[in-house]
Amino acid sequence: MSILVIAEHDNSALKAETLKTVNAAQKIGGDITLLVAGFDCQNVVDAASKVNGVSKVLVADNAAYEYQLAENVSLLITELAADYEHILATALTTGKNFMPRVAAILDVAQISDIIAVESSDTFVRPIYAGNAIATVQSLDSKKVITVRTTGFDAVATDGNAEIINLDTVTDAGISSHVSDEFTVSERPDLGAASVVISGGRGMQNGDNFKLLDGIADKLGAAIGASRAAVDAGFVPNDMQVGQTGKIVAPDLYIAVGISGAIQHLAGMKDSKVIVAINKDPEAPIFQVADYGIVADLFDALPELESKL
Amino acid sequence: MKVLVPIKRVIDYNVKVRVKPDHSNVDLANTKMAINPFCEIAVEEAVRLKEAGVVTEIIAISIGDKSCQEQLRTALALGADRAIQIDTDESLDALNIAKLLQKVVEEEQPQLVILGKQSIDSDNNQTGQMLAALTGMPQGTFASVVKVDGDKVNVTREVDGGLQTVALNLPAIVTTDLRLNEPRYASLPNIMKAKRKPLAVKPAADFGLNLTARTKLLKVTPPAERQAGIVVESIDELVEKLKNEAKVIS
Repeated sequence: MSILVIAEHDNSALKAETLKTVNAAQKIGGDITLLVAGFDCQNVVDAASKVNGVSKVLVADNAAYEYQLAENVSLLITELAADYEHILATALTTGKNFMPRVAAILDVAQISDIIAVESSDTFVRPIYAGNAIATVQSLDSKKVITVRTTGFDAVATDGNAEIINLDTVTDAGISSHVSDEFTVSERPDLGAASVVISGGRGMQNGDNFKLLDGIADKLGAAIGASRAAVDAGFVPNDMQVGQTGKIVAPDLYIAVGISGAIQHLAGMKDSKVIVAINKDPEAPIFQVADYGIVADLFDALPELESKL
Repeated sequence: MKVLVPIKRVIDYNVKVRVKPDHSNVDLANTKMAINPFCEIAVEEAVRLKEAGVVTEIIAISIGDKSCQEQLRTALALGADRAIQIDTDESLDALNIAKLLQKVVEEEQPQLVILGKQSIDSDNNQTGQMLAALTGMPQGTFASVVKVDGDKVNVTREVDGGLQTVALNLPAIVTTDLRLNEPRYASLPNIMKAKRKPLAVKPAADFGLNLTARTKLLKVTPPAERQAGIVVESIDELVEKLKNEAKVIS
């Protein structure tokens, strides 16, 4: 069997999540090809060629793919699709954007957000915000899949894949990029961090999120937030951990002033160790926390920072 | 311009779903149902575009059995002008939903289709993108700002790490993210008025599509339960446990 994995990157670096998606491909089993579609992305290609388990790296380096516009990238993938039984992308916002478009053009269903591989046509995925786990069999000859990376470990990067440059350019010409506004942060990505500290409605306002900074600095942590904190306008949506935000599974997750709504738990309950700081001893977050402390966060945070 | 807003009837987001004892599926009997939250944001956005004079007609559409008329009436009460129910007892894959919507798009010729980015039951996040592919339209997914500008629509998208703004040729597909707007509550007079707005029912079989399922649900199980841990008495104890017991900090 042949599997095409779409590399997730920003034209300068290959995202670590791709290594986990390749692991999912290995669990399906077959010859794995990595596609790098981007612009001026030689660093990504070099990194991609070192991913273990990958035999070939296809490179489509063209301005049409610079911003991963779904209209253009989906056409490229569907042009290549004939050679592969499985097409996998990472279930991050880029893959979530173009993959269903790929599936529809190929006239097949998509299996979204898989967390385990049962066989080459049967996959496990969470539904209802992770409150139920479905085992789904694809009846299509070609499988289009997005991979939730918290379910898979990263493969190593000491491989040596063959690099093949593609000269096809697929520009649908119906969409264009206007601007990006990225949050500049010295901190690790939420999805990649081994420690995450998140604030909820209990933080009371956006300014108080600064209380998390010192702890995050000491632990090398990423900072997240609950949907309640995002909805209240404390912090931007890209910090949201939950069913409709980021799904994270760090070694240590510290929930501060977060009650533990179903929606939020869906995004973090696979973390290795969960710490909850909340002044309400009845908060549902304590039911999933390994270590809970019933305390006012405005007392607990400065003390925690000083003792780390 | 005309806007089509597909909506889905789902379990109310405050209700925790239960898995059936035989693991065949989740148990939705006697469960409170509602309009999918992202679909409600889609309706609200269409209504705001109409209030701004950009949109002239809003058509809400839902695919399902008669019960989804309840959610269509909600959409009408929120400001949609008319509604279409595509009648089917089957639970259809996103691809088949998109194929039915494609037929309606061909018939109604909307300039914009606004959908929720994902439904909170199947959590697929597929329908909008699939409809875009089938109709050949560009897509602005996970939208936090939608601005119609002449024959284009600018969509600011919630992406990993921040925001991306794209310009799409009309007609186009938009899928909503949480921060796009805060949906209004339907007023009582509007709920009464909604009862008299047109709601057309069309059997799914009349569209001449092959709607065979492409996936098979083998089983549904409850997630592994996480055991509650311990409550510590002090920050000192917490730091000690994290260092020496959990060994996650040094």
